[in-house]
Amino acid sequence: MKLIYEKSVPGRRGVQLPDCSVPPHKARIPSSLRREKSAVLPEVSELDVVRHYTNLSRKNFSIDTNFYPLGSCTMKYNPKVCESVAKNEGFSRLHPLLPQLRNGGILTQGALKVLYNSERFFAEITGMAEMTLQPMAGAHGELTGVMLIAAYHKSKGNNKKRILIPDSAHGTNPASATIAGYSVTTIPSNKDGVMDFEAFKKELTDDVAGVMLTAPNTLGLFNSHVTEICKLVHEIDGLVYYDGANLNALVGRVRPGDLGFDVVHLNLHKTFATPHGGGGPGAGAVGVIDKLRKFLPVSRIEKRDDGTYALNYNAEDSIGYISAFYGNFGIILRAYAYLLMIGADGLREVSDHAVLSANYIRVKLKEFYDLPYDRICMHECVFSASRQMKNGIHALDIAKGLIDLGFHPPTIYFPLIVKEAMMIEPTETESKAELDAFIEAMKKIAQEASDNPEELHNAPISTPVGRLDEVAAVREMNLSAN
Amino acid sequence: MSRASYVPFVESERQELLKEIGVNSIDELFSDVPREFQVKSLNIPKGKSEIEVERRIKALSRQNRTDLICFLGGGFYDHYTPAAIDAILSRGEFLTAYTPYQPEVAQGTLQAAFEFQSGICRLTEMEVANASLYDGGTAIYEAAMMAARVTRRNKILVDCGVNPIYRKMLESYTSNLDMQFECVSTNGGTVNREKFLKKLDNSVAGIVIQNPNFFGCIDDLTDIIDAAHNVGALAVMSVYPISLGILKTPGAMGADIVVGEGQSLGLPLSFGGPYVGFMATRKKYVRKMPGRIVGITRDDQNRKGFVLTLQAREQHIRREKATSNICSNENLCALASAIYLSLMGKEGLKEVAELCADNASYAYYKLLEIPNVSRAFKSTFFNEFCIKLPCDAKDIIGELIDKGFAAGFPVGRYYEGMENVALISVTEMRTKEEIDNLAAALESVIRDW
Amino acid sequence: MNIPDNLYYSKDHEWLLIEADNGTVGITAHAAEQLGDITFVELPEIGAKIGQGDELAVVESIKAASDIFAPAGGTVKEINTELDNAPEKINSDPYGEGWICKISAVDEAELNELMTAEQYAAFLEEKD
Repeated sequence: MKLIYEKSVPGRRGVQLPDCSVPPHKARIPSSLRREKSAVLPEVSELDVVRHYTNLSRKNFSIDTNFYPLGSCTMKYNPKVCESVAKNEGFSRLHPLLPQLRNGGILTQGALKVLYNSERFFAEITGMAEMTLQPMAGAHGELTGVMLIAAYHKSKGNNKKRILIPDSAHGTNPASATIAGYSVTTIPSNKDGVMDFEAFKKELTDDVAGVMLTAPNTLGLFNSHVTEICKLVHEIDGLVYYDGANLNALVGRVRPGDLGFDVVHLNLHKTFATPHGGGGPGAGAVGVIDKLRKFLPVSRIEKRDDGTYALNYNAEDSIGYISAFYGNFGIILRAYAYLLMIGADGLREVSDHAVLSANYIRVKLKEFYDLPYDRICMHECVFSASRQMKNGIHALDIAKGLIDLGFHPPTIYFPLIVKEAMMIEPTETESKAELDAFIEAMKKIAQEASDNPEELHNAPISTPVGRLDEVAAVREMNLSAN
Repeated sequence: MSRASYVPFVESERQELLKEIGVNSIDELFSDVPREFQVKSLNIPKGKSEIEVERRIKALSRQNRTDLICFLGGGFYDHYTPAAIDAILSRGEFLTAYTPYQPEVAQGTLQAAFEFQSGICRLTEMEVANASLYDGGTAIYEAAMMAARVTRRNKILVDCGVNPIYRKMLESYTSNLDMQFECVSTNGGTVNREKFLKKLDNSVAGIVIQNPNFFGCIDDLTDIIDAAHNVGALAVMSVYPISLGILKTPGAMGADIVVGEGQSLGLPLSFGGPYVGFMATRKKYVRKMPGRIVGITRDDQNRKGFVLTLQAREQHIRREKATSNICSNENLCALASAIYLSLMGKEGLKEVAELCADNASYAYYKLLEIPNVSRAFKSTFFNEFCIKLPCDAKDIIGELIDKGFAAGFPVGRYYEGMENVALISVTEMRTKEEIDNLAAALESVIRDW
Repeated sequence: MNIPDNLYYSKDHEWLLIEADNGTVGITAHAAEQLGDITFVELPEIGAKIGQGDELAVVESIKAASDIFAPAGGTVKEINTELDNAPEKINSDPYGEGWICKISAVDEAELNELMTAEQYAAFLEEKD
């Protein structure tokens, strides 16, 4: 499809603006401060734009159109009511600086109440003392969390330099720890697919500031040593970080705070059903135990004795500003609506069925694909394409084959510790019929991998483009319209 | 079974699944988690119906004063968002898609992101742009880190005209790193050349400047950027994209890294987010740039297609050595901005900018006619300006709320000694009547003081 | 697998050619194959002083970025700028046109830490 720029016709207009209502003014901006040439933006009609982007949208897979069993991404259904309530003008037109005008908090009580209540809900769900909703994505939450860990050690005069992270962790963990000023030590996984406990103990010395864990881990396995790990880290005055990417396995049933975690981040765009938007915006709430409360970023939302809400900007020990205001408010509002809808009972059903569905796929497919860790899993299961590799079929080929059968591929080549990994997370919102259709598709591909591997190498053939040359993309670096 | 967990299973299906798995209950699937750590119940209200949730959130929304006539800006503006944006954004194919790691089924998202990058490049007159960052503040921080990476130096000079909230963010993010920041105070509302030149030496990684700055003042910053280049430092410039409909571009001034808050390009104010940060730079620095980047390539049948490219910079490959930890960005907001730029187009964006400037200019002189109101700076401005009031701006703005106006921002909140100064922004949304009414209201408040 | 006899090899899959006390550094055919199509090489700066095992360069492919460690210490005196435009030379000719940089004043004692072609071949086999 042509770029919108290529559809441009000189003089064509999309939006009609009002005539200038003010009389001719005294001071125009001098030409020395003006741009020489107009920005070369498209000259198209409103219909041109609507049709262009509508047709572009049709080149996408999405949850609304396809099953999306993407491991570690929790692609569950995004309820429509959460979208519609967020469009309420009382929220969408609300200026973020309004609370800073005199008596300003009073002008935004509805929004502050949403934030306050959401904080309470998330604190209850995670078993944490206090939350901040400011991080604008999961990785942003990780950075905030590690900054909180750093602030704690600084306040105690602890001289700690390292963060321990298992090799199965998401790449954001080591990246976040590094930009928060720590060096990262990677701990290998053991044959059971969880962090090697002995290797961990060996690395756990006095200079360790904290440990970052994903529970269940990226293999969909729950590390039974987790409470012991927390205890050992606490013994050297370290802190344990909970990466909430996989909370969908535990939500409503297990609280990270009860397990001994000190800092938690949540991905509202995973567990709490806000849409991914093709890569964002997300939101990454962070929770902490009581002794870390005072380090949370400014501003803090407080409930006054008279039942009104206010913002507190005075936080002496705070790590400061990690967001200009209160985070991705529109996303938090959607998650709040979701929580109101499903309530405590609904939350437990979420994890129950996320785990039930993943195990169903696991048992139904293990005859056809290698399952490196063959045991009950949590919300996702990881297969390997190693059996199909003997016929020259890789995880990538299986992924592309699934596309032709109408399914979004699972996460492939992650976690790195499984060769030719295919990580499947069905979520709780897919019906049995949909799971069965996916299982049949996977079987069909397994069959094709042995009967007719060449066909799979050519997949996908049903999409607007086939496999793209990524090497050429890097070498040619064609990154904007000419 | 609650009414709305969106779980589609009926009891018989659940039993069937359990049987296939070979367990008797869902509880058995959680046997790895010690019993004592499984909660019985949570202190969260029972689930509600859609009608009840809508009603409750509507009631909450009424407790927010969005009825006030908005002259409040400070980097976040009440611009018009054409209806077509929301119509397109509501399409599930955009809204509920994941990050485009499988390009064959994400050409829509990828091409739109490429068009966003192109729009940002054309607006700023820069060579390459990424597919978005979280917001304008984190974009400045990422740019400062990028300048340090490119120059292998660690000192950043920040102009005090840069949004004070963003400066606080910069400080917070780098407090544990080997980075050094120095704020350079402004002079007459714009960059203090003399002070900047004095501080510029070959230890400086980059300078961070903003145009228009927080006071609304605009300037040609070419000389200060040249001075930075002379000592081998990079110039990071934060911009207000609507203003680039008419203002001299950062590219023309020689900036190396251009960042900004994209909220004004078709996003609602939404109490602070989600917004969209953008970043553009020169091609030679692209490998040091954070965030996702979309590029053009071809498939085996020579059909044009779009992919995420230069991914070796990113956390999922480079881990602790990545250019940034960013993963999720603000893709849907970037899409809104791409649509906005297309709808406005070449002439429309210029007209919006002219309307803003004309309205602001009218408002400025109208307000200066009020006794005891005077100019705070002599500098030229775009759509936002500072005026000096006879007493604390906080109190006067407070009084004006009762008259139905969010009249501006009290600058003294962030700048010591400027307690009497109000920052007033005027967009294309304001009419002559509203401006006249603000002037009348301000005059009466000051008269009765 | 091509493993020339006249080179020294490190466990990180770099090779080192010694001529007098000057060394030429590259990555082995095995390493290039593992990385796949190489798209970019971040070369060291001329004049940089490096120790054995220090990070010397970064080699990028689509799916990976790999640090190249100095097989021996010394001063970087020449870099292969041809790789800026044609990084794929590392894939096509890893021991020839795909060389990365030259270092001077190599300490002979450090060569003891490295493997011969025969040892490297055995090392690869063992890894498999």
